[in-house]
Amino acid sequence: MAKMSYREALTETLHQEMANDENVIVMGEDVVGGTGSPGGPEAIGGVFGVTGGLYGKFGAGRVIDMPISEAGIAGTAAGAALAGKRPVAEIMFADFIGLCMDQLMNQAAKFRYMFGGKATCPMVLRTSYGAGMQAASQHSQSPHPMVTAIPGLKVAMPSTAADAKGLLTTAIRDDDPTIFFEHKALYGLQGEVPEGDYLVPFGKARMVSEGTDCTLVATGRMVSFCEDAANSLAADGISCDILDPRTTSPLDEDAILDSVEKTGRLIVVDETPPRCSFAADVAALAASEVFSSLKAPIKTVTGPHSPVPFAKELENAFLPSPLKIKTVIEQTVKYS
Amino acid sequence: MQLAREELEQAYRQMKTIRDFEDHLHKEIAKGTIGGFTHLYGGQEAIAVGVCENLRDTDYITSTHRGHGHCIAKGCDVKGMMKELYGRADGLCKGKGGSMHVADMDVGMLGANGIVGGGPPLATGAALAAKLDAEGGVALSFGGDGSCNQGPVFESMNIAAILNLPSIYVYENNRYSEHTGSSYVIASESIASRVEGFGIHTVKANGFDFFEVHEVMKELVALAREGKGPCAVEFETTRFYGHFEGDPQNYRGPDEVKNDRENNDCIKIFRSKVTEAGLLSDEDLDKIDNEVGELIEQSAEEAAAAPVPSPEEVTTDVYVSY
Repeated sequence: MAKMSYREALTETLHQEMANDENVIVMGEDVVGGTGSPGGPEAIGGVFGVTGGLYGKFGAGRVIDMPISEAGIAGTAAGAALAGKRPVAEIMFADFIGLCMDQLMNQAAKFRYMFGGKATCPMVLRTSYGAGMQAASQHSQSPHPMVTAIPGLKVAMPSTAADAKGLLTTAIRDDDPTIFFEHKALYGLQGEVPEGDYLVPFGKARMVSEGTDCTLVATGRMVSFCEDAANSLAADGISCDILDPRTTSPLDEDAILDSVEKTGRLIVVDETPPRCSFAADVAALAASEVFSSLKAPIKTVTGPHSPVPFAKELENAFLPSPLKIKTVIEQTVKYS
Repeated sequence: MQLAREELEQAYRQMKTIRDFEDHLHKEIAKGTIGGFTHLYGGQEAIAVGVCENLRDTDYITSTHRGHGHCIAKGCDVKGMMKELYGRADGLCKGKGGSMHVADMDVGMLGANGIVGGGPPLATGAALAAKLDAEGGVALSFGGDGSCNQGPVFESMNIAAILNLPSIYVYENNRYSEHTGSSYVIASESIASRVEGFGIHTVKANGFDFFEVHEVMKELVALAREGKGPCAVEFETTRFYGHFEGDPQNYRGPDEVKNDRENNDCIKIFRSKVTEAGLLSDEDLDKIDNEVGELIEQSAEEAAAAPVPSPEEVTTDVYVSY
């Protein structure tokens, strides 16, 4: 194990996988970060610094600065994947997936099915997501429910440095297209990360902590919010199962259902608006599969049905918080 | 230089207001007073002002993530903008938009935009509305060199050309597509030469010189108003600050910004032109400097003291009715 940040774990993984397999290529806006600039080419290494050092090691052929052309980047990755490469494309902010949606939902996601199982599209689309930095409505969204809803796409959302490495390695080696969500407030998060080859399988949830009174399901940054909320209730004798699904597609339904059967209570926490959301999806799963185990109504803690606002006070009102989660746990446990 | 004295004073006041507004933000952001992602317009003032001095309140503009200059030039209230940047309840967008989403429908300012290339399609639509209204209105999009590589930008210029819309596409080439060099990401000889391929009348001009910008725009706006169809312009310019505040700018040349500040500062160039021609004196200009300085200081004081939005505002204005 080595102590490193979520960002460093991602960088290390890209270095390892590019060294492992010459078909792995990296492309995106500013991923070299300075091609054609006086101080370039390798000045920035990605706006969040994830792709640093790749250009120097693997060269311009495999580490490619792209114009600001998100649809073109997603489509180029999809086409290169169809033709045998393993592209890791970066879309700087997940909000910009809006620009590349056709290439994802109508192209990459559907090749294998439409072509009768005769094609593979092993691309990874890495992107930063999430609120909390006052980046306002077009740089703070968490659009993972939208892509989770698309058959043919896989969706990974690491919440720790170790998972960042393990899930990205799996995503790159996987033969299906994966949308890989990196929370922008987690890049600096430190953690122990296994050295060498390290794969975290898709569709296997992580049991973050175990308890008896309530199941909390959360992704990304919301996992640590749930831990804070649960810890603040330990003195009151309330304990929770906290489950991080790690991938929203495929989803580890068994882990969620087993836990709800044990605790009899479920709260799903996610930082998106509530409608047609991941939270609603998990709530519906439990309601239909383990209804008789439930001791209290299933609750969700999400943002409201609004865009993400700019002002700090409004952004705080939008986001779930450990305190909001704690209140809902108390209400749910008190219910019966 | 066929501008009246008041027009020259107004142009200088606008450019200086943008410069001081941005310099103030630069300091406050470094102190941590202002949150979020902010992209400053310093260095490009001659373009926003030279363009907008040819527009009416009823004309439309769309802007970019680097939008403060366009907002001020189009007539957005400076105090309201400052409050917006500080995230205040009575900011121009009630604290909901922030730097990348400043807008003011009352002066035809259809929004700064967090999506690169988000503006030109909207300006095309506004131009369609102006054409249908048949009152001689035009719509204009500002965009950086980076935006010229977005598919929707291509699509909108083609749509404007086939529909003969009164739209104008302004490209401010500050040499950097975020951090990556424009010469690398733009395959054609220039942005202008590419835009001509859409059958749109396009010119290339010096964006450091307010007078050249103003003159070029006078012609282009007149063409659009007369129903001669869309047109476009590529201005050469520079930005004095990074892509965003906090950008280390290590991709730039060692003395690049210093050189630009010395030799390509559009405000210095304006000053020397008008004083050499005897149109305005240093005293006239210094007086404006002082007035602008006071305005920015006052705006900042009022913004700092203004109330923050209440949490329940998070769900208002999502719809007109629901």
